[in-house]
Amino acid sequence: MNAQPPTLLERILKGKWIGKGFLLLVGLVVVWWVGGKALQSPSLFLQQIINGIQLGFVYALIALGYTMVYGIVRLINFAHGDVFMFGAFVSYFSVGLFQLHLWPVRVFPGLSPTAAIILGTVSVILLSMVSCAILAITIERIAYKPLRDAPRISALITAIGVSFFLEYFGALPFVFTPNFITYKRPFEIVTWYVKDGIHRLEIGTEAPPGSVIFSNVLIIIIIVSLILLVGLNYIVRRTKIGKAMRATAYDKPTSRLMGINVDGVISTTFAIGASLAGAAGVLYATAYPQVVFWMGIIPGLKAFVAAVLGGIGSIPGAFVGALIMGQAEVISAGYISTPMRDAVAFTILILVLLIRPTGIFGEPEREKA
Amino acid sequence: MRIDRHTLGFWVVLLGLIILVQVLVSLGILSPFWETLLKIGAVMAIVSLGLNLIYGFNGQFSLGQWGFYAIGAYAAADVTYRWTQMNNASGLTVLFAAVALVGVAFFLTAKLVARLRGIDPLSAFALYIVATLIAAVIGVQIGIALIAPVTQLLATLPPGLALQIVYLIAVLLGGCLAAEVSYLFGLPVLTLGSDYFGIATLGFTIIVKVLLDNSDTLLGFEEMKGARGMVGIPKTTSWFWVALFLVIVIVLLRNLLHSSHGRAIVSVREDEIAAKAMGIDVGQQKTLAFVLGSLFAGLAGGLYAHINGFLHPNTFNFIRSFDPMIIVVFGGLGSVSGTIIAAFTWALVLEGFLRILLPTGFETWRFVVYPLFLLVMMLLRPQGLFGGFEFPYLRPVLPRPYVPETEEQVALVHAVEEATEGD
Amino acid sequence: MSTVTSAPSTSATIRDASAERPLLEIQGLTKEFGGLKAVNNFDISIYPGELVGLIGPNGAGKTTVFNLITGIYTATSGSIRYKGIELIGLQPHEITRLGIARTFQNIRLFPNLTVLDNVRIAYHTHAGYGIFDAFTHNHRYQKAEKELTERAQEFLSVFNLHTRQGEIAKNLPYGEQRRLEIARALAASPELLLLDEPAAGMNPKEVASLMDLIHFIRERFNLTILLIEHQMRVVMGICERITVMDFGEVIARGTPQEIQNNEKVIEAYLGRGATALSQKLQEKRGYATGS
Repeated sequence: MNAQPPTLLERILKGKWIGKGFLLLVGLVVVWWVGGKALQSPSLFLQQIINGIQLGFVYALIALGYTMVYGIVRLINFAHGDVFMFGAFVSYFSVGLFQLHLWPVRVFPGLSPTAAIILGTVSVILLSMVSCAILAITIERIAYKPLRDAPRISALITAIGVSFFLEYFGALPFVFTPNFITYKRPFEIVTWYVKDGIHRLEIGTEAPPGSVIFSNVLIIIIIVSLILLVGLNYIVRRTKIGKAMRATAYDKPTSRLMGINVDGVISTTFAIGASLAGAAGVLYATAYPQVVFWMGIIPGLKAFVAAVLGGIGSIPGAFVGALIMGQAEVISAGYISTPMRDAVAFTILILVLLIRPTGIFGEPEREKA
Repeated sequence: MRIDRHTLGFWVVLLGLIILVQVLVSLGILSPFWETLLKIGAVMAIVSLGLNLIYGFNGQFSLGQWGFYAIGAYAAADVTYRWTQMNNASGLTVLFAAVALVGVAFFLTAKLVARLRGIDPLSAFALYIVATLIAAVIGVQIGIALIAPVTQLLATLPPGLALQIVYLIAVLLGGCLAAEVSYLFGLPVLTLGSDYFGIATLGFTIIVKVLLDNSDTLLGFEEMKGARGMVGIPKTTSWFWVALFLVIVIVLLRNLLHSSHGRAIVSVREDEIAAKAMGIDVGQQKTLAFVLGSLFAGLAGGLYAHINGFLHPNTFNFIRSFDPMIIVVFGGLGSVSGTIIAAFTWALVLEGFLRILLPTGFETWRFVVYPLFLLVMMLLRPQGLFGGFEFPYLRPVLPRPYVPETEEQVALVHAVEEATEGD
Repeated sequence: MSTVTSAPSTSATIRDASAERPLLEIQGLTKEFGGLKAVNNFDISIYPGELVGLIGPNGAGKTTVFNLITGIYTATSGSIRYKGIELIGLQPHEITRLGIARTFQNIRLFPNLTVLDNVRIAYHTHAGYGIFDAFTHNHRYQKAEKELTERAQEFLSVFNLHTRQGEIAKNLPYGEQRRLEIARALAASPELLLLDEPAAGMNPKEVASLMDLIHFIRERFNLTILLIEHQMRVVMGICERITVMDFGEVIARGTPQEIQNNEKVIEAYLGRGATALSQKLQEKRGYATGS
């Protein structure tokens, strides 16, 4: 009807160019700042990227639990970060007090040392995973299940309450104590540096300047995370319980009518998510060998941000989001200011929610009833 | 205006209690320990009323209240610190000019955004950010130019009076700054769904804490001393001031809630889509509640800063934001009376009696017991201990029942009764 | 256009409407949800004073059309013009302020507020006092609030709810909740009222009084009404024109009689091959009621 061509202002508004221009400007400043520093020392930059990958994979494991639980019961499970903390402490006790990682050597003295270490580490991780799963099922049954039909906000407050309870119960002097505790790894750390080929770094020596360092912790984190991720993907896509989970996430009442045990599915989801967080706890503690009762708060929140970033409810999304968060954290800590890394994480969250509220891999708008 | 029995009774009891405390303090019967607790109780009541407006009445689950409380506290403390320790009004003039100009910038940008129909939220936000930055820079320059004359002017007054004036303006500016920050922060964030909003406001509180930890290096306020804690703030917050602010906040909140604006705020909590379908600008109502709630938080922060004369970033740790949350939940979401009672109970019982009565080990158990309380509460009595109870003065007045008067009205009612007799 | 129009000129036979400008004119309205076309190329014109029915099987996209008109969803393409103003891109509250009000399929009252407040909220946009008047409760507030309350009470009396003003909305019986929702929608002083299955869940007696009520308010408030309904009794009883949707598309338009005998409509409701059956049924029914 109106044949008038749109004015320049209308075109700017229609294309959202003011906001885009603003973001572009901010992005350019960040790139210019970080890029300038990166060019000064490329090896340091590479080192940051590697550190970021290590962190990102740990975040990915935590984020998966958030995304799965949110996908199915629409609850931000604040206590998830504390389950992660619990996993780290379980492994601290199993390694430090019970020397669980040494059982293969004791039971099968003839085993090769490498196999013994792998077996020992795997059992430490498995124990943490199982303990966390039990903890999560307990929490779900006691605190969340009675509130399933209550307003979502009640469940959210309850989740915060559970989180505080786990933290401060852990802080009691006869539980985990309120102090930092040095963590003993279930295996010896081995470090390599890259400069004209890969060289092993002897303990007590310094890597030559301009080299990039990585350790077996990085390799273990990547391998374990990938195995768990593939396993999770298999469970969700190929198994019966996975199908039930997807059905429950889509429509609870109908799933119930189809004969799916919805409560059981929800508990299973919590358990799977928590076991991943337990594994993440072990890996995090081996990478940054200190444990303390509040260690789950910030990684938990960052992992949640990662899940939102990738699109909540999406498993690959959580993974990609976590890798981005890992990089953002080390780069902001390295090139902007160490304390600002938490602030940067939340700034990213707010920006993402503004630009693409459903996240990178988020589901498109669905018709509401 | 006719004053009814309930209103009169409410004021007599309230003012009586305030005066009673004042008399007890003046006579030295009430020890400084309990006086401080009463002040903290009043401060917490103000913060929690703000949170209840945002969460209980407007339905926006905010974990950011503690961040705004921190902003108000540090801003007000900086103003009075500069006056007493550095003997100039630099804090006062700079903050005043910046807050005033940013306020003008918001107003003008809002007009511009309203005129640019169909502008997307991100672009609008970008415009606001640019306007705020420009206004803040100009404001700071104006403020610096005003330092010398204002300092001289205040120096002509008696020192005690000058301090009280600086203090009062500082508290108000702290509140306004918190409100302006919340407006800017709320623009993008209030459009999010309820739990995304919760997590974003939590992020805000964490960012504020990080900034305060590094206030001396990152922000450049050396007198705030970062993670070592800010000392040397004048202890000007008397019982009179906290009581005055509490009464003002209660009256403002009550008047708002009993108006059409208040009903619009509540309708958003009740059903957002239905509210929109009734022509209510949901975004505007959310902003109103959020900014007002943050204003209260900022005012309370300013009052708090001048109670002990000492501020530490750990006070504003997001874990402590649990306190107003527990007060609001226990007092009852959407209950003004409940919030006030719960705030004072929290201060006097949990911070007071229990600390005296219980062995020292209780300290470590505190945060174990709190969440358990909260869980039990959520499971057994989600509407709060006092339910929807309100003191008569705070209760909405139901108008007299409608009696058809004119013939036409009577005929209408009869016709309708016939038409709808089926149900 | 893929739609079949049974009798394009019927509206003119009911009311001399073709001479007027339509109050609401929708053209080529399409809404996709991730590839699924919930509404596809939907057209309708509603003239002032009409009472038009929108029917169709479950999931045909009727409520989506309402959500598009009221701005809850943004259309993928097409245009919705109300008094010549394009509604697509406007906020829901802006659309309401232009004079379109609606009710919801599953009642959406403000459940914890009183009956009176439910209606008073609809008056908010023309409350006539600002935020500072609200804070101070000054004379302006007193006067405006008194006026507003009296208007709301008088309004409730139109719906025979004035004796219930202090009740909490969620405690009302179902039929009264439905009435309150209509009352609230009308309090927003619309010219176009959208009713989404107002008779859902009502017994025959309640339905009868609802039909009376719709007639009554239509005359009294000079309304144009667009009605979604499942109960054929209501649609056939009060609508002047009917548009039938299936799978997001218009499959027929016409008077109630025309629609009743439209093969496509019967097919949409009962499946292929049902036409013959339905004709038989109709003969039988005609026989039964005709006696």
